[in-house]
Amino acid sequence: MAKTAPAQRNSADTATLAVRTAKGSDVGAVADLDARITGIAKLAYWEDMFERYGKRSNRYFLVADDCGDCLLGFILGEVRAWEFGSPPSGWIFALGVDPDCRLRKIGSRLFAAMCDCLAESGVDTVRTMLARDDGLNMAFFRSQGMMGGPFIQLEMPVAAKRGRGTEADSTG
Amino acid sequence: MKLQKATRGALFALLELVRYPAQQISAAQIAERYGISANHLAKVLRDLTRAGLVESVRGAGGGYRFCGNAKRVTLYEVISLFEDTAGSTSRPDPGDDTEIGQALARVMNEINEIAAATLASITLSTLLKIVDRDVAARPAARPSADAPTGPDPTPGT
Repeated sequence: MAKTAPAQRNSADTATLAVRTAKGSDVGAVADLDARITGIAKLAYWEDMFERYGKRSNRYFLVADDCGDCLLGFILGEVRAWEFGSPPSGWIFALGVDPDCRLRKIGSRLFAAMCDCLAESGVDTVRTMLARDDGLNMAFFRSQGMMGGPFIQLEMPVAAKRGRGTEADSTG
Repeated sequence: MKLQKATRGALFALLELVRYPAQQISAAQIAERYGISANHLAKVLRDLTRAGLVESVRGAGGGYRFCGNAKRVTLYEVISLFEDTAGSTSRPDPGDDTEIGQALARVMNEINEIAAATLASITLSTLLKIVDRDVAARPAARPSADAPTGPDPTPGT
């Protein structure tokens, strides 16, 4: 099983970096890395992600490692179609890079590899969604060339509508 | 959202200096290139110098050069030097304290927050990548046509 990189590793070397499809034995290291980044441990979630994205067509779970030794990053994406009228397009919904190994182009390599996978699936657009205050990832995706798209995310507490499903509503 | 003249001048100057890092470019050269007042731009450049983003080089061939990190300095940071991006100094308008005024303010805040997040996510380096992509996408583009003499474009990031 790949290990997460020890904190002291911060080499600028990218020659040994490899991006590949995740294996079952990577899930623990991905969960560890994600826990380091987000502060929330969720192994069961990553095991489920591997089942759903690591083994199916048009779904991609890629990892970056250092010669098969230390896991340095991961990215997940898939092709989605016709959600709110959108033709098939690529979606990236998770990206993580070892904080001690930033500036080694790991994120760029993962993003490029994901774009290759999505392009081979026949889509010509890739999308993602980010928290408004997630400056780090927002700046990263911008630096890769992503711009604001034609969709806007909306949300509200479901409690505000609970029990009102049978009421008449003049706006439909 | 419309940027003030000083803000636009600052962004033009910074992006020009980042784009051609091997050169010192004068305020007059930048002003001429973008069709803005050289006097006004000189004041803007003094503000940018105080902010530690540019430094002046004296003597023959002198001018300004960028001295920040183009991969870190965002449009939001630059705009914040010249404009009230937080809206903290704006005085209340009539009707702001009514229910409708407050609901309207909430919608306007949503727009402001999206604008701020967008500007904070775009570094000077990223904006120049957008420029490069736009230039490359143009048929029969002449990317060096508006470059200063002897350009030495910033290395790709």
